[in-house]
Amino acid sequence: MSDDPFVIAGVEFPSRLILGTGGAPSMRVVDEVIAASGTAMCTVAMRRISPGTSGSLIDVLERRGVRILPNTAGCRTAQEAVRTAELAREALSTDWVKLEVVADERTLLPDAVELLDAAETLVAQGFTVLPYTNDDPVLARRLQQAGCVAVMPLGSPIGSGLGILNPHNIELIVAEARVPVILDAGIGTASDAALAMELGCAAVLLASSVTRAQHPAAMATAVAAAVTAGRLARLAGRIPKRHHAQASSPTEGMAVL
Amino acid sequence: MKLTVNGAPRELDDATTLARLLDDQPARGVAAAVDGEVVPRAEWAGFRLAEGQAVEVLTAVQGG
Repeated sequence: MSDDPFVIAGVEFPSRLILGTGGAPSMRVVDEVIAASGTAMCTVAMRRISPGTSGSLIDVLERRGVRILPNTAGCRTAQEAVRTAELAREALSTDWVKLEVVADERTLLPDAVELLDAAETLVAQGFTVLPYTNDDPVLARRLQQAGCVAVMPLGSPIGSGLGILNPHNIELIVAEARVPVILDAGIGTASDAALAMELGCAAVLLASSVTRAQHPAAMATAVAAAVTAGRLARLAGRIPKRHHAQASSPTEGMAVL
Repeated sequence: MKLTVNGAPRELDDATTLARLLDDQPARGVAAAVDGEVVPRAEWAGFRLAEGQAVEVLTAVQGG
């Protein structure tokens, strides 16, 4: 047990980095980035099985001992998302779901109305719901009220690598959250992950920044270190920002020269 | 009888069960829905397919 445990719905995770498996060029790279990141939970998507579909993804995740978090990526309506979650529960024997209901392909931004509708339905069906949401403090509050076990606001659009565009909103969400806040989407590089943790997020969920990096395993190591550093900095308590300088050397005892 | 399986037309013997249709699938990691309703694996053997139904068969793939 850690003295700074990261717990979702009563389950403790040894890592505050959650890794999406999307975008990796091969199963070997998936395996490498899981190992390098030290993650304890990975997301997967649910798609039609095809003759070429290999079962090796689940094998890789199970061999690495990570929890599998199915998502509802690509769903546009609450009904689609609920059915996808039901299929994931059946296929993977988990009632945990990363709930995604997006509005359009160009932005992949969450559709707030459909998202909340799906969250309420899934919670009522006994699912453990982790919603991917906008960086909207009010929607985050509504999702918590609906019974979600975490809220996962975006930093910026999925896969954009634009980092955290509205840090103030993330701070507002963290300030009133009673469940873990997980920064999900938009991370471009390690410093973005560190900032998320410094803002008070409990964890970071990222995929593209690692899987599409020039050297995925090296970036996995980098973001894992950033998440740890950001968490330590958050707990350490940063100095307030000031408009003017404040000397760190004594102002008394200066020689007259 | 004619059905649709993962969006493609399929011709099957009458009274084929879902278990028969999916007997080449792995023992785990796969789920099926018929006309949008999930059919638990335990019910596949007794689930008789009917003309015109749409079957979706899903598995986990890489995804964020």
